[in-house]
Amino acid sequence: MMQDLVVYAVYIGYAIGVLMTFGLILTWVERKQAAIMSDRIGANRAYLRIPFTQVKLVWWGLFHGMADGLKMLLKEDFKPKTYDWYAYMVAPWVVFTPVLLVFAVIPFGGTLVPGQLVPALAEWFGDREYPMQIARLDAGLLMVFAFGGVSVIGAMLAGWSSSNKFSLLGALRAGSQMISYELVLALTLLGLILIYGTVDLDEIVRQQSGRIAGLPAWGIFLQPFAATLFLAAAIAENKRIPFDLPEAESELISGYFTEYSAMKMGLFMFAEFIEIAIIAALFTTLFLGGYNLPYMHDGGFSLPFGVEIALGHTAVVITQIVVFLGKVFLLCSFQILIRWSLPRFRYDQVLKFAWKFMFPLALANLIVTVLFVWAMTP
Amino acid sequence: MNVGRTPARAPYVRKVYWNEPVMGWWERAYLFEILRGLAITGGVFLRNMGKWVTGRKGALTTYYPEETRADFGRHNRGKHVLTLRPDGRPQCVACNMCATVCPAKVIEIEAAFDPDDPAHPKYPSRFEIDYSRCVFCGLCVEACPEDAIRMDKTVPDLPSPDRLRMWLGHEELMTWKPSSDVAKPYGPKHG
Repeated sequence: MMQDLVVYAVYIGYAIGVLMTFGLILTWVERKQAAIMSDRIGANRAYLRIPFTQVKLVWWGLFHGMADGLKMLLKEDFKPKTYDWYAYMVAPWVVFTPVLLVFAVIPFGGTLVPGQLVPALAEWFGDREYPMQIARLDAGLLMVFAFGGVSVIGAMLAGWSSSNKFSLLGALRAGSQMISYELVLALTLLGLILIYGTVDLDEIVRQQSGRIAGLPAWGIFLQPFAATLFLAAAIAENKRIPFDLPEAESELISGYFTEYSAMKMGLFMFAEFIEIAIIAALFTTLFLGGYNLPYMHDGGFSLPFGVEIALGHTAVVITQIVVFLGKVFLLCSFQILIRWSLPRFRYDQVLKFAWKFMFPLALANLIVTVLFVWAMTP
Repeated sequence: MNVGRTPARAPYVRKVYWNEPVMGWWERAYLFEILRGLAITGGVFLRNMGKWVTGRKGALTTYYPEETRADFGRHNRGKHVLTLRPDGRPQCVACNMCATVCPAKVIEIEAAFDPDDPAHPKYPSRFEIDYSRCVFCGLCVEACPEDAIRMDKTVPDLPSPDRLRMWLGHEELMTWKPSSDVAKPYGPKHG
């Protein structure tokens, strides 16, 4: 019992640490990558001076994230005269919390046997096994959708309670856009659920470590169409360019969080950046074989042509954690690439794109998958 | 009479331009063109990143003020320089002409008497320029009868949270080396 508590406390600490680090680093990565993409240098002036010396740690401007965070903490917390004070205060947290909660069901590694990992504690842990996932739920994917749907409430609350027309317009846009894309998002994954026959994310990853016709049995090879649609819909859910209508700064100042300042505004931004990581983690889990390298499983590798490579438990755990973080980081980078390459849609185009383009495509994809699964089932 | 009534308007016809973009099915499918765009931006990213990783500069930006571009203005009016006599004293005779002509009123000169130099008995004991207000017009250089003040092409690197720290005194301004100036070479000290 005590052992479970220790292991899950470590998991939760790891999850929060990873998400916060990603949130902080991504603000810098976004600026730096955008700069490099456009032949610029990017954030490079913030430094940390070691006290009592003249040694300045610049580290390619990595401390700009810290400087931004500090700025938001120290800024004046402007409070507008609003009639719905409670909703105004609560909205940033309604946006921020579900984003963190989604990570609870995402497996960031295979099975952990603490007794083998730390020989000193082998006696205490015995041969207990823990999946590297905060909450191993049968309904993992449904949890993701449930929490993903909550953050739209936060955006709408923020816009409604700000007593500002721009905020209200932003909230309206956020509401219609996020609800539309939520539908597409769920519909694209239905095909995947049909193929895997489960919504348990860890089970989905395990099924992807097999192989199909020489290729790793990744979701992106089984459902390439769904993968593309999922990524597009997820970016739209996250309200980033090219779908950033709710906060289009040239039209709505900054949309539903116009009236927020200091750390409350920082929470909205932080939630957005963490959600980039969450989307990347979800995409990795569903389409890119999760924490496993191609042909890898908890025991080692089983390559095509019958080559088997066995790995020790520690090596497997470390490889899985590193591979998961690496995949997530690459996908975050890809999302930033999209954000700095595509122009913003017009508002009617966003909804047309959801209902007249992506929705029928997702439906067609689902029907084809249904027919295929039906034909393959003996 | 149809006063107060809007006259019937011809239906709006959008003008068709000669260079109207025509989208084929390839462009209309949207995804392919997006992928092409991503390939372009991603290619630029990889190219620049490759340069950075191999220790070259992957950007067009010039680090300012650490670097100056090749086409940096040769006659840029930057920091002021007080020229010196061969004996190392300022050529300025504290006539106050620069301070008078200065449109921003940034030059402050305090004259003093020097009995040791009968040829130039008047010299500035204090010569200060307030760079927080200087407009870098160069009129002080034009006005000087003694060629005592010039402008260097480098810019004074004085950003500071306190405007009182943006003053430069004659200690900082007397950096001109007579021996290195080909336009006005002074020989060794005479007489």
